[in-house]
Amino acid sequence: MSSFGADDFGWFGGAGAFGGRFMPEALIAALDELDIAWQKAMVDPTFVAEFEGLLHNYAGVPSMLYEAHRLSEHAGARILLKREDLNHTGAHKIRNVLGQALLTKRMGKTRVIAETGAGQHGVASATAAAYLGLDCTVYMGEVDTERQALNVARMQLLGAEVIPVTSGSRTLKDAINEALRDWVASVDHTAYLFGTAAGPHPFPSLVLSFVRGIGDEARQQCLDLTGRLPDAITACVGGGSNAIGLFAGFLNDPEVAIYGFEAGGDGVETGRHAATIFAGTIGVLHGARTFVLQDDDGQTIESHSISAGLDYPGVGPQHAALSESRRATYLPVTDAEAMDAMALLARTEGIIPAIESAHAVAGTLKVAQERQGETLLINLSGRGDKDMGTALEYFNLGTAGEAK
Amino acid sequence: MTSSSIAFEKARAEGRAALVGYLPAGYPDVDGGIDALKAMVAAGCDVIEIGLPYSDPVMDGPTIQAAAQQALEGGVRTADVLRTVEAVAATGTPTLVMTYWNPVERYGVELFARDLASAGGAGLITPDLTPDFAPEWIAAADQHGLDKVFLVAPSSTDERIAMTTAACRGFVYATAVMGVTGARASTSDLAGPLVARTRAATPLPVGVGLGVSNGAQAAEVASYADGVIVGSAFVRALLDNAGDRAAGLAALTALTEDLANGVAGGVRA
Repeated sequence: MSSFGADDFGWFGGAGAFGGRFMPEALIAALDELDIAWQKAMVDPTFVAEFEGLLHNYAGVPSMLYEAHRLSEHAGARILLKREDLNHTGAHKIRNVLGQALLTKRMGKTRVIAETGAGQHGVASATAAAYLGLDCTVYMGEVDTERQALNVARMQLLGAEVIPVTSGSRTLKDAINEALRDWVASVDHTAYLFGTAAGPHPFPSLVLSFVRGIGDEARQQCLDLTGRLPDAITACVGGGSNAIGLFAGFLNDPEVAIYGFEAGGDGVETGRHAATIFAGTIGVLHGARTFVLQDDDGQTIESHSISAGLDYPGVGPQHAALSESRRATYLPVTDAEAMDAMALLARTEGIIPAIESAHAVAGTLKVAQERQGETLLINLSGRGDKDMGTALEYFNLGTAGEAK
Repeated sequence: MTSSSIAFEKARAEGRAALVGYLPAGYPDVDGGIDALKAMVAAGCDVIEIGLPYSDPVMDGPTIQAAAQQALEGGVRTADVLRTVEAVAATGTPTLVMTYWNPVERYGVELFARDLASAGGAGLITPDLTPDFAPEWIAAADQHGLDKVFLVAPSSTDERIAMTTAACRGFVYATAVMGVTGARASTSDLAGPLVARTRAATPLPVGVGLGVSNGAQAAEVASYADGVIVGSAFVRALLDNAGDRAAGLAALTALTEDLANGVAGGVRA
């Protein structure tokens, strides 16, 4: 996968293309320190064994690859689900935080900070911090603390401090800003557990190294189950960590088509969406050059999605490069399409997905119309427990006796 | 020699540090911002930094965030920032733009450099762009004779200080604290050693920023630095007098005079 990875400066797709490190000088030393510690750790068998042991014994990894027969019947294609929703804490995020938190311990730091949108990365960070005995502060946009109150409570129960962010648009991007502001003042003893495969080098590559098990496992599981590789693999893309984790296992299999589904919100044409690659332009946000939702002056435009985890106006730089090189295709899925898919998966398979992951299901159903009879592997990145408040409101549920 | 290094040189010849004052453009509105910056020039700022308000200012504390956000909500555009530069530079005081990188990239790096130069701007201060990721800006600045002011920090290695200062023109911006912008009760003990390490790497003047809010602190910093950079305290003076522009200008003038006395009173090491 070397041809798809970053160079030593963090550039994907050639020097100056995507990624890099657009950061205050005050944080450069910390990023360099992190880069060196991470590279050493990844070739240290003790670290790798500890990480893999934790994933297996604590997080429930490898997640199973599940053949969704009834959904397949509905779709007219053979659909396989990579069940990351069954991981401890309910999503793929646990892989990333266990890796980064272990690295934090190894570097001798005692405190972690994290940003969170839906709350999944915050919960995962609080979990890893509790397990490894680290102090944990989570920054969360005030808007998101309201729509994901249950996750706020989970983080607090796990011993983390949750700080509502009231600046800017009060969502994920502002939570990242606030975490960076904390980090620049606390970097001597604090590690920033970045929640997605975005941000300044080495975060996109570092996060990928901890989540790429998704794709490596899925590739082997698919071979074991079907005797061949899937025809296409799919995932939802916000910042893009679950997607890049899946994609990484298949980048060097040119016969496998790759689809990322972005949050189309009310519809890309309405301007209220988070389809950064599909409808954004190239810019620099949160330390990397990538696709950004921005106006003519380079001011970030607020993104919109029913899913807090996809509600981000940037995207990991490796996705930008994969889109430019046409190795992967990125398409929008609206709120309504995602919610329909959430209900469909619940009723056909008895699996309630996170609304983020429902975007991947919805997009795959569309792709299946042109890929009848093919094998399509979806990363079901998270479970829907956290989204029941949204579902209750959206589907008008919760009143017994009123069938919906 | 560029206009800002001449201003530092002049201060040095007078046995004092230069006073560098910052405000974001467009607060309380574009013309109000121009009036405020002109008041700072009249009261003794040697160099002016004009902030380009940006939606995601990761290095700014609450004070500058508040003013910049209000400027954006008021509809300030990059073109308004350049108009502000033109008006302030016309006073003859070296005027730089301090900006996060994305608005420049979006405008077009070469085009921005050309328009900044034709507005009379002296150069750019780039808080989230380091020389190793700035080849386009360095080329454009060199072509248009603009200052390239990069930042050094207490956490910078000597190697990075050498690399950074080698890429600077005009002066070097030393961030005195590990943290975001904002007035602080006491000055940082990290600043002195950082200035010394920077001086060892370059003959360029070294300005120290982040945290200074009064004449006494300015005097303390002036005792070891070539320039004292003040931002949040000026912004605070305007925010505290929101709705009364005359009072805001009076507060800015009084603060500038206090700081100017401070930089003049600093005993040079």
